[in-house]
Amino acid sequence: MDNRQKEINNLKDYKYGFSTDIENIQAPKGLNEDVIKFISNIKKEPAWMLEFRLKAFERFKVLKEPDWQKPKFPKIDYQDLYYYSAPKSMKDKPKSLDELDPKLLETYKKLGIPLQEQARLNGIAVDAVFDSVSVATTFKDELTKQGIIFCPISEAIQNHPELVKKYLGSVIPTSDHFFATLNSAVFTDGSFVYIPEGVRCPMELSTYFRINASNTGQFERTLIIADKGSYVSYLEGCTAPMRDENQLHAANVELIALDDAEIKYSTVQNWYPGDKDGKGGIYNFVTKRGLCKGKNSKISWTQVETGSAITWKYPSCILKGDNSVGEFYSIAITNNYQKADTGTKMIHLGKNTKSKIISKGISAGSSDMTYRGLVDISSKAKNSTNYTQCDSLLMGNKCGAHTVPYIKNKNSESNIAHEATTSKISEEQLHYCQQRGLNPEEAVGLIVNGFCKEVLQQLPMEFAVEAQKLVGISLEGSVG
Amino acid sequence: MKEQLQKDFYNSIKNLSLSQKDIEIKKFCLDNFIDKGFPNKKEEDWKFSDLNQIIKNNIGELSFYNDQASTNKVDTSVFVDGLEHNKIVFINGRIEKIDFEYEKKDQIEIIDQSETINKFENSNSLSDLNNAFTNKCFKILVKKGYHLAKPLIIYHTTNSKIWSKNINLRLNFELDKDSSLRLIDLFNDASEKNFLNIFYNFELKENAVLKNYKVDKFENKNIKYSFNNIDQDKNSISETFILSSGSNFSKNEINCNLNGVYASAFVNGVFSLNNDKHHEIRSIINHLTENTKSYQLIKSVLEQSSKAVYQGKIFVNSDAQKTDGYQLSKAILLNKESEFNAKPELEIYADDVKCSHGSASGSLNEDSIFYLMSRGLSYQQSRELLINGFLLDVVEKITDSEIKNLIKNMLGIKE
Repeated sequence: MDNRQKEINNLKDYKYGFSTDIENIQAPKGLNEDVIKFISNIKKEPAWMLEFRLKAFERFKVLKEPDWQKPKFPKIDYQDLYYYSAPKSMKDKPKSLDELDPKLLETYKKLGIPLQEQARLNGIAVDAVFDSVSVATTFKDELTKQGIIFCPISEAIQNHPELVKKYLGSVIPTSDHFFATLNSAVFTDGSFVYIPEGVRCPMELSTYFRINASNTGQFERTLIIADKGSYVSYLEGCTAPMRDENQLHAANVELIALDDAEIKYSTVQNWYPGDKDGKGGIYNFVTKRGLCKGKNSKISWTQVETGSAITWKYPSCILKGDNSVGEFYSIAITNNYQKADTGTKMIHLGKNTKSKIISKGISAGSSDMTYRGLVDISSKAKNSTNYTQCDSLLMGNKCGAHTVPYIKNKNSESNIAHEATTSKISEEQLHYCQQRGLNPEEAVGLIVNGFCKEVLQQLPMEFAVEAQKLVGISLEGSVG
Repeated sequence: MKEQLQKDFYNSIKNLSLSQKDIEIKKFCLDNFIDKGFPNKKEEDWKFSDLNQIIKNNIGELSFYNDQASTNKVDTSVFVDGLEHNKIVFINGRIEKIDFEYEKKDQIEIIDQSETINKFENSNSLSDLNNAFTNKCFKILVKKGYHLAKPLIIYHTTNSKIWSKNINLRLNFELDKDSSLRLIDLFNDASEKNFLNIFYNFELKENAVLKNYKVDKFENKNIKYSFNNIDQDKNSISETFILSSGSNFSKNEINCNLNGVYASAFVNGVFSLNNDKHHEIRSIINHLTENTKSYQLIKSVLEQSSKAVYQGKIFVNSDAQKTDGYQLSKAILLNKESEFNAKPELEIYADDVKCSHGSASGSLNEDSIFYLMSRGLSYQQSRELLINGFLLDVVEKITDSEIKNLIKNMLGIKE
């Protein structure tokens, strides 16, 4: 306790934005076996986990950085990054919120996430991630009562090795693509959720991610398992402080739904997008994949993507169980020099599987947005259906909006329908709103919110309000 | 394959009177092709159709040298009855006959352009192969203000003399101001296991109208690739209709550049496939200036283990405000082995545009069949009626009534 107090006293003043200066433990710069062993060691991981990481690293060495995506970015020097950093005061984990570093709490407050308050008022268990180590986990007791496990993944590796061992890497194998493999080798922390058989999780589980230390790539790993007949809704929200250097974020999220289980995963992503000239900003290269393993299972992805310099992600569903359902609802907004290449994959393997894709893209300023998606109905997926709708809205003639869907149908008893439109906000609608006293910016906000409504409706209440505000803020200055 | 290519290349240029420079250009193209080989599925544009593999599986070793010294006898029985038309006859890739009997001689010019090399954007290694091996190339120029009285039918005929051969051919067309041309490409194959590689280049000046109908209807075991490049000036119209049915494998590519204001392009296609056939249409419409329009409709009926692919791209440049682009592909899968893949793509850099695409694939609607059967039709009749109506939709888009009827007859579609 004394030690920690001393450290807090030694903290320097704020430097940029609201980056908190907490002394970091950092792994040496660069990527090699020693760094991986260092991470594994500091997390006191069992041998099988280290083996998992090293196997992924072996694979990573032969993989090449992909280059097929639309947004191009300067080459990343993977040897010039720190792969582990943690707030030092966290070395001995605090047992309750009161024990937390006050400075940490203050940062959250600035971001509008009063941890205790939110936990108390909203009934949300918050597993906040500060850099790479989970800071606090609330409402644990209530969850424990139901047998729900909601904890940092590093803890789960210690306490529930049988579950982690069984499911980690079962949806995103260590031999997957470049960034996913990198994550498997060096992931530091993230959330682990297990919902036991027949349990309906009584509250929305939520993690606020926050990138802090400069030059640390964030390699989160989330694993959610919904056992037979269970239900869980998981919220992920991200904010990041101002920063001039590009930061890489390559998270892996794996969802597994067993028989009759349902997982709802919602994301509001508002990381630092770079300044008006496109300088700085986060690279968000995330692999999200859900496996509907059991019969009648359902996975639903909802995302509101407004931040990051480059967003590059395709939350996907593998519909393996018969009668399983996959859904994807997305709003992606790019402004200034932001770039997004996002979409989904729906792989139909089981019989009577259904999927639905609703994607809304809005690009303004000099930004560039791509929807890229795959619908693949295999020859065994009898009687499956897919419905896809992707609409794009363009504001100004310097931005771009693209749609690249891949549609594969190998089953004659299955139906696929796909539609896409690209247009601008009609003058008539704007005129109508302005006639009734709205200024142009408000009018655009209103119309855009209407355009996105189908997706916003899918978000849990707490998020929907926040997301609606975000949509307006993201488009500030794009009219006129 | 490299030795074969080089040997065949020297054999084929031996008989031609080419300048040193021409030989070097051809050699350069050959080296390019040797370097890249046939396109395979690692290339994005060939993702759904791995030509390299298809040639390997269906033909095996190809030879590239065609002895074109001797003439082939033109078999008049292949000519279309009941439609007066001008003719160009290719037999085994050799031009045997050019006949514009219905036209004013001074309004059409046929220019030998064998020495020019075509460089296409959005193209692939097959254009290098074509440039290296085509030894005769004509340009057909339709002069200012002239409308051809009768359609032109190009007969692409092969006979059983050739086997495991690659045939390359190329034609250029120029339609001067206010002129028009109706063109039918009719494939008629009595050969097996050959690879036809066809490149067309169309240049449409102001107000020109091109109607191009490609009909590959008759059963054959050949592999075909056809690339059409269309450059369009102000107010020009191009209409392309593709009936993709007969060959074992066929890929039609349309690359259309709308360079002038109010230019419009229409691409319509029908896939009617059975057995193990694998056909593809890939279209790229580049809207490069204001007020241009494009419309595409592709319908497929797939039986047995056939496979159809449609890749359509609408590109809108940042200058191309007021673009209207539309694209629709629909497929009926009649057998559980059949497969339909689509990649309808939009790439848009201008805001005041109206672009949309749609794609649907599935089985025949059982409700519709029930409706018809409850009115006394047999299952088979109901099925045929529905397919008939499904395809008729595309055929009705053909703006030339004579040719529409011809194609309806070929498809066996009743009204």
